[in-house]
Amino acid sequence: MIKSYEYKNKHLSVPFQGHENGVSLQTDRYRDPNNVPMALINQDWTALLIRVRDNQDSKAFAALFSHFAPRIKGFLMKSGSSASLAEECVQDVMATLWLKAHLFDPSRASVATWIFTIARNRRIDVIRKEHRPEPEDLPWGPEAAPDQDEAMVIAEDNERLSAAIATLPQNQRALIERAYFADLSHSQLTQETGLPLGTIKSRIRLALERLRHKMMQ
Amino acid sequence: MIKHHLSETFIMAYAAGTLPEAYGLAAAVHISMCDDCRASAAAYEALGGIMVDEMHEVNVNTDSLQKTLNLITNPNDRALVHVRKVVSPSVLPAPLHDYVGGGLDNVKWRALGMGVRQCILKTKGRQTARLLYIPAGMKVPDHGHGGLELTLVLQGAFADSTGQFGVGDVEIADESLQHTPIADTAINCICLAVTDAPLQFKSILRRMLQPFFNI
Repeated sequence: MIKSYEYKNKHLSVPFQGHENGVSLQTDRYRDPNNVPMALINQDWTALLIRVRDNQDSKAFAALFSHFAPRIKGFLMKSGSSASLAEECVQDVMATLWLKAHLFDPSRASVATWIFTIARNRRIDVIRKEHRPEPEDLPWGPEAAPDQDEAMVIAEDNERLSAAIATLPQNQRALIERAYFADLSHSQLTQETGLPLGTIKSRIRLALERLRHKMMQ
Repeated sequence: MIKHHLSETFIMAYAAGTLPEAYGLAAAVHISMCDDCRASAAAYEALGGIMVDEMHEVNVNTDSLQKTLNLITNPNDRALVHVRKVVSPSVLPAPLHDYVGGGLDNVKWRALGMGVRQCILKTKGRQTARLLYIPAGMKVPDHGHGGLELTLVLQGAFADSTGQFGVGDVEIADESLQHTPIADTAINCICLAVTDAPLQFKSILRRMLQPFFNI
């Protein structure tokens, strides 16, 4: 597990132990194949999903299923679904994961993030019986070679965010819970969340700028 | 350059998938036009991923994996098939195309008088989403708001006491805002407006006309 982080973004207000050599050292660590963070060895969901995508590997799929299916079921039941409807949706979500695996881009999102968006959309379709208006798709081209460093950065972003959430004050955690599992009130909708998402946002913002630049050419 | 954005919590609720459809439409349209808010939405999707990952596990049925594999062999649902949505540059971004059934030429406008036109879009829930067409230079009568109202500029611009709103900008108004927006004189203004309750016009005559106009 990565335990220490250097916070380089001013939006991140949660105190963490920084590493003396900070960012450059992290980059070096990723270039060294013998020093891959343990979290990525134990839970390399990205590698498993790529095996599903490229080789229709059902063993890799079964491993993803055993980790994520019970969590998606928990997520859907916490959203107010009955056990039987949640069970049905879990199967839909996991089938979608396989069938749309060719759309998964490890340089843009983690497997958990991607699964969340599939489960969220299924919850809107089947449980809320509504239509989800989706933003215009961006013409993300297939990356020449998926950037391993990018996927590492995403994994690290997510670990950092997960650690930050654990230290949030109760009222902020309650706001998040309401946003993901209930409907927020009007006054809550106009508030600021105060979550430390600065690094994730700037990483995605940079990727969007690169894409826009490519589109201009 | 977009100056007025969605609030953070609004984007979070959109990414979480709990926003009512009409507000979700406004969010999808703004995100289509604004890379900052698109990045924010992606960050809140990452937060959703973490929540799923840390979710309390509920056992799936013993035949769950097998049934999923059967489903993969015989997909029976159109939701499992991806349809890419990109439209060529248009006043109406892709999410609005779905509701209008095409571009600006396909909007079924209804005249409200004084050159103002509207088209109500079909969404589920108690909110109302509508396209508004306001002739250049027109002053919209002084009004307050009964609930949370979003106005997103698609063409032209308008100004009120809180500032200037151009293409892509979104104004979030609640009970506390009483305003008289004026459309920019250069070009007719087209907006997406989402209301939670009927607008409340101050003048009694306007209020009498309100049910008739359904605004």
